[in-house]
Amino acid sequence: MAALDTQTYTFTDKGRFGVIALGTGILFTALTVVGAFTDSHMFFASWLTSFAFWTTIVLGALFFVMLQHVTAAVWSVVTRRAAEALSLALPVLLVCFIPILFGMHDLFHWSHAEEVASDHVLAWKAPYLNTTFFIVRGLLFFAVWIVLAFVLHRRSVKQDVDGDPAHTYAMRKISAGGIFLFAFTVTFAGVDWLMSLNPHWYSTMFGVYIFVGGFLTSMAVLLLVFQMLRRQGMLEGVVTIEHFHDFGRLLFAFTVFWAYIGGSQYYLIWYANIPEETVWFLARWDNGWKAVSMALIFLHFIVPFLTLLFFRVKRNTVLLRVIASLLVVMHFVDMFWLVMPTFGPGVHFSWMHLTSAIGIGGLVMWMFWVRYTAHSAVPASDPKLADSIAHRV
Amino acid sequence: MKTHALIAAFEHPGALLDAAVRVREAGYTHYDCHSPFPIHGMDDAMGLKRSPVGFIAGGMAALGATIGFSLQTWVTTSAYPLVISGKPMFSWQAYIIITFALFVLFGAFGAVFGMFGLNRLPRLHHPIFHSELLAKASDDGFLISIEASDARFNEEETRAFLASIGGTHIELVRGE
Repeated sequence: MAALDTQTYTFTDKGRFGVIALGTGILFTALTVVGAFTDSHMFFASWLTSFAFWTTIVLGALFFVMLQHVTAAVWSVVTRRAAEALSLALPVLLVCFIPILFGMHDLFHWSHAEEVASDHVLAWKAPYLNTTFFIVRGLLFFAVWIVLAFVLHRRSVKQDVDGDPAHTYAMRKISAGGIFLFAFTVTFAGVDWLMSLNPHWYSTMFGVYIFVGGFLTSMAVLLLVFQMLRRQGMLEGVVTIEHFHDFGRLLFAFTVFWAYIGGSQYYLIWYANIPEETVWFLARWDNGWKAVSMALIFLHFIVPFLTLLFFRVKRNTVLLRVIASLLVVMHFVDMFWLVMPTFGPGVHFSWMHLTSAIGIGGLVMWMFWVRYTAHSAVPASDPKLADSIAHRV
Repeated sequence: MKTHALIAAFEHPGALLDAAVRVREAGYTHYDCHSPFPIHGMDDAMGLKRSPVGFIAGGMAALGATIGFSLQTWVTTSAYPLVISGKPMFSWQAYIIITFALFVLFGAFGAVFGMFGLNRLPRLHHPIFHSELLAKASDDGFLISIEASDARFNEEETRAFLASIGGTHIELVRGE
């Protein structure tokens, strides 16, 4: 059982969470890598699914931190340190990006030179969609995100020590530029890693769709993390029902936003009815995919929407935990739905999807825990901390 | 002129919060607090229940969505069926935008007019406006008024009570 010093909010006992997460991460990643030797094609497809799943979640945490700085939010100060720690898991994901580079030939149709030569559309897109530029862009995205995450975290923990309010203003300025960079990099990352699986197809809403799903799930993960801390008796009276209520509101808002973007993308393509666009949705409707699509509509939107609509649900931690867990699972289904129809007809769920998701997740949560327990559990000297603790909805 | 209420001033928002709790605990029900800005925690201090306006807005929104969807279904499938770009008569995808728009419109009407109804607005005059003190509630006054319609109201006792919980400038408001 981890424990906190109630005065300084530093960890007196880091508990076993980190060890368990690391053990799980290594075990399941190793299992998945074994799968690479039996079915490399399925290995890369499931690895990309899980990589996209966790990367979008961790990026959601980075966005959350910057959003709170830019808006000078008070309520979220007590929750910021955990989000900062989660965003510091990005280097783990950079390592997890390496297998995708090895699997480019299996994953991306446009990486086949002979196909590009005989395909006018791909030849025209080749100056952007080529292996070298793809790798360079991937590294550039990670560089931008990692620098932002580390700079903001460094300022934040410095303030713990010196209590200088100047850090608050500095972080606000960094975040204002950071959000701008974030929007571009996440959009292009979504285009590169997921949309280019179907290199003929395009949607200008795709980047937003990826971002919204990730941010939503990030809020669900943070909610579950704080619930776990509270159940271990930590942050009692610091992260209160009022903060969980606000997380519930964010879940509500972003499940609606997710449906709005996903729906708009669908309706426009449905209206125009142009074969080169509708093919993407047909691949997600025929051969058993209809059930997955319907599950997304109902369990990623309608059920969370109709439950989170009510005041009492947002103040009921048991129900919030259930809905947050559901949204985490559905985000994985969403990534599965984006990636897998590319690789032949029919819904092919492999055990490697499960092991890679748990494996990468274990490593991400291990890094999160290491970073989180290294400093105060809340920004201890933030000028807004007292107001944040006393926050009422 | 009929006695309408007793109104008293308090030092600051915190004092008003404490006073509101004391008034509620003393058993008064027909009373109100007046301040230049909303005070956090006042709902709890006064023991106010959550407003049902959300359910009115929600019900209206559901009604709007139903009307929007049904109207389009009726028009495109039976009243004036017309094939548009080879799509089926009942193309629910095309209805969603109008359905959503009416959902929002009716929801907003439900919220605004529901609020009006619950607050018994529009209303041109209220007897509390005969008070001289009340004008300060839009400047620097933190006031509590206890109305004569309250079962516990007694001019002498209530005046003494307001003074005992820290009320100053206590004024008897007459008028209808």
